[in-house]
Amino acid sequence: MKLIVAIIRPDRLNEVLEALYRAEVRGLTVTRVLGHGGETDRVETYRGTTVKMELQEKVRLEIGVSEPFVGVTVSALLASARTGEVGDGKVFVLDVEQVHRIRTGERDESAVTPAIPSRI
Amino acid sequence: MLRLSSLFALQDAAPAVVPADTAWMLVATALVLLMTPALAFFYGGLVRSKNLLNTMMMSFVALGIVGVVWALLAYSLAFGEGNAWIGGTANALLNGVGLEAKGTLPHVLFMAYQGTFAIITAALISGALVERMRFGPYLAFIVCWTLLVYAPVAHWVWGGGWLMSRGVLDFAGGTVVHINAGVSALVAAVVLGQRKDYSRQAILPHNVPFTLLGAGLLWFGWFGFNGGSALAANELAALAFTNTFFAPMATLVVWVLLDYLRTGRATAVGGATGIVVGLVAITPAAGFVRPLSALVIGAIAALPSYFAIVLRSRTRLDDSLDVFAGHGVGGLTGALLTGVFAEKAWNAAGNDGLLAGNAAQLGLQALGAASAILYAALMTYAILKLLSAVTALRAAPRTEGVGMDVSQHGEEAYASGEGSILVIPDSGPAGAPAPALTPQAAAR
Repeated sequence: MKLIVAIIRPDRLNEVLEALYRAEVRGLTVTRVLGHGGETDRVETYRGTTVKMELQEKVRLEIGVSEPFVGVTVSALLASARTGEVGDGKVFVLDVEQVHRIRTGERDESAVTPAIPSRI
Repeated sequence: MLRLSSLFALQDAAPAVVPADTAWMLVATALVLLMTPALAFFYGGLVRSKNLLNTMMMSFVALGIVGVVWALLAYSLAFGEGNAWIGGTANALLNGVGLEAKGTLPHVLFMAYQGTFAIITAALISGALVERMRFGPYLAFIVCWTLLVYAPVAHWVWGGGWLMSRGVLDFAGGTVVHINAGVSALVAAVVLGQRKDYSRQAILPHNVPFTLLGAGLLWFGWFGFNGGSALAANELAALAFTNTFFAPMATLVVWVLLDYLRTGRATAVGGATGIVVGLVAITPAAGFVRPLSALVIGAIAALPSYFAIVLRSRTRLDDSLDVFAGHGVGGLTGALLTGVFAEKAWNAAGNDGLLAGNAAQLGLQALGAASAILYAALMTYAILKLLSAVTALRAAPRTEGVGMDVSQHGEEAYASGEGSILVIPDSGPAGAPAPALTPQAAAR
């Protein structure tokens, strides 16, 4: 099993969630974060005070998946989060030592398998 | 405002400014002007936070640009001497608009009062365009719309045009303001097309308290809108004021009941909408009906607008903030019900309606509404099509996703300031804030 961490644009979040849903990836955590991906700085002006917005709003997704789902999840993320401009974000795939499901105490592979099988 | 004709008759006998009337109309003008910022809050609460400033600016900018257009030309086209269709250019650039009496008011005050109506009418349309229309083309649109739609229709109904001479009753602008803006909004929503996220994801109001605040301030300002349309501090103003007091109360009650019956919960956005619909519906009737009729009109008006909103949200039509359901349908209901409940006994300058035995008035009201609907729809379509031939009306989908505040205005409604770097002119971007702006420097 792996932990997939993706940093994406906030305005792509809905597309990404839709793509993950279609790929039958269930169970994820979403956090609003600030970051910088090398994109052009946005300039804002407030009554003569001009500022460069160095940090952009981003969304961080954390998804624990079993091995067969790694490829599916990554390709869903790559396809749905992409706009083609600098600042689209990153996808990190990390090894995970252990996973425990709190409710049942299940471990590892079975802990990252959806509790209710998809009926699609 | 129909009393204007009788006031002109009076003018020959006593062409004098009446101080009491002037005092009330000074206040009324300020009250109506406040309605445009109120509308900005009403609309602003209903959009997503990334589009808040753009939405509010669409209302605020009308205070500037429509006001200027009003002074330069639109006032003359609406209220200047002209034919049955449009006023002349005699009062363009405020020529001949001085301190002399117009009715019992100084002419300048009459002109300013009417200007506040033109401003809010243009701003009303923005509710159908928010979250996608580029700001520049919007400015061009409201300038053209004020000159080509608002001014002629105001002339027809109030400025001595053909609807006025036929006896169509529109006390404070049910037809001129609300049907006119509502229908234009509907057409504009069709021409512009849906927001990219419409019916693909939930688009929720980001600040419902703003919407309630806006509805409350609109109500407050509306006392100037309807009460001031008597153009005098007299019994008629008191009647219009009281009707403006009661009608939205009845609408609010019915709206809340409908919410309860349909979903089991009374919503705050529904309550705010109900108040505005009640205000819209009583606008054409305010000076022609008794207060009890105002309650009935307010109560009835809730139904068509409520269900228009329910139905609209299930269609592909993205009239984003339901300007048509609120103002178009509400205005139409009010215009027709004026022809039902009007009573000469309460306003001699008005006429009897259906219930007082004059069914013809209802027909006249329908004629007035139909003319405005047809004209506003055609002209709005033409203006937008012409503008779209010159420039793109909409922001690119990518820009729409990022939000109109950053893309159109270079500002955010709720900027945290985190990660922002101050740009000092001439020296380029600096790593730290300029010393003069730090508290320590100020203390030195």
